[in-house]
Amino acid sequence: MSYFMIIRRESLVAFRNRHEALSPLLFFFLVCLLFPLAVGSSSKILDDISSGIIWTAILLATLMSLTHLFRKEYDDGTLELMMLSHHSLAVLVMIKLAAHWIINILPLIVLAPFIASALGMDLHIQGALLLTLFLGTPSLILIGATVATLTLVIPQNGMLLALLVLPLYVPVLIFGTSAVDAAASGLPTAGPLYMMAAILILSLTLTPFAIVSALKIGISQ
Amino acid sequence: MSEFFHMGGYAFNVWTSYALAFLILIVNIISPILRHKKNLQKARDIQQFNRTTSDDT
Amino acid sequence: MMKWLHTMASSAWFYRFAARIVPWLTTLFVLLFLYGLYGGLITAPADYQQGDAFRIIYIHVPAAWMSLFIYVVMAIYGIIALVWRIKLAEVLLISSAPIGAAFTLLALVTGSLWGKPMWGTWWSWDARLTSELLLLFLYLGVLGLYAAIEDKRVASKAISVLTLVGVVNIPIIHYSVKWWNTLHQGSTVTLTDKPSMQIDMLIPLLVMAVAFKVYYAISLLIRAKAELIEREPNSKWVRKVIEEDNNE
Repeated sequence: MSYFMIIRRESLVAFRNRHEALSPLLFFFLVCLLFPLAVGSSSKILDDISSGIIWTAILLATLMSLTHLFRKEYDDGTLELMMLSHHSLAVLVMIKLAAHWIINILPLIVLAPFIASALGMDLHIQGALLLTLFLGTPSLILIGATVATLTLVIPQNGMLLALLVLPLYVPVLIFGTSAVDAAASGLPTAGPLYMMAAILILSLTLTPFAIVSALKIGISQ
Repeated sequence: MSEFFHMGGYAFNVWTSYALAFLILIVNIISPILRHKKNLQKARDIQQFNRTTSDDT
Repeated sequence: MMKWLHTMASSAWFYRFAARIVPWLTTLFVLLFLYGLYGGLITAPADYQQGDAFRIIYIHVPAAWMSLFIYVVMAIYGIIALVWRIKLAEVLLISSAPIGAAFTLLALVTGSLWGKPMWGTWWSWDARLTSELLLLFLYLGVLGLYAAIEDKRVASKAISVLTLVGVVNIPIIHYSVKWWNTLHQGSTVTLTDKPSMQIDMLIPLLVMAVAFKVYYAISLLIRAKAELIEREPNSKWVRKVIEEDNNE
């Protein structure tokens, strides 16, 4: 039952810090807005890179949301209490990450189709886009959380976090956009989608251990 | 001999590659040696400091 | 056996061991390196298609092999450091990272210098080149994270985890030419099949590969010595080292 309480707690904290939860959404929207202004709204160019724009913007927004993952809990000692509880730390972490995804990333995925239409993406391609987002963003959160917990001991970890995480994000980005591009050209999308699913499963099974290990390292300070 | 340096027209590519390799190999020996010496000196200073400020006169 | 392993893990023992074998390794490296250079630049015949430009292979391929090899070794050190908490493994891990980064950079730049005459372009975003570039960032990330955390024991544990997270990139780099359509050519030399390269071109390549491995050992041991002193400046064994150094 207390696992549900964690989701409730996360939602409550997020609601009381609305600006923190809304920042990724606003950032995503603004970045996507920049591209038509920068490359000119002639539909051909925008059309070709629309999948790349949305994926990159979501990736960067996810990165932003990671900087405040565990930060408050680490700073005020809640993290140590969580680790001392008799619940499995791995499960606690996974639930917290699930809540983080629902609060921070799901709104972006909901907004994505509208932005995609504004960038000139056809509706049936947006289906592929949404599928890649659902497969890919959980992996981004899991991998990102691993590195975020490693950098918890560093007070201002934003820049370093970005530098450490981006090489690990590149495979997800490449497969995500290639799946959408394949759909746009009428080619089979199964290949990249399977790869994204594989990355997701690998992340789900392996990153909890890494995250727990990193948390223990952070606490030992 | 000059054919050797000419490398069939690819002189720039080949010799830059080998020169860069030499550079990296040398730097990765010299730099650690210098750091080693610096650390020895620092350790010397730390131990000297500990000896002169220790409580046993 | 455990006693021997624990002796090996002691800083004092390792420092003396490193000091003793570095001169031998240096001699071995110089011999191998000169033989490799002679074979690569002089003895090996020019390639039918690529002419003398192919001689870059004797730097590019061993450097690329080292970039992968060192990262895997770092991952092994990382596991040993995390599971058995052996300090020496931590020291070897952080000491390997700059060497790995240097070899990765060398592989990328020599690859670029080779690619321009061969493919007509300095760079391409194909799977092999991109994943090798990512490897460079992974190395730099390890160095950056270690530098950013003040407590070096905590920093070592953090980079052990980070190294293990990034090790998934290594099979991607290795199999990239098999799994995807890349500009980079496929494997010429593998562990299992006969190489598709003629023997007098192949020998200098293998000699250079071994030479680079010996070099890695030399640079690693010197760096490890420096790191050990930096970590334990007050210890008894360092005091002895300084005395011996003063007496020379």
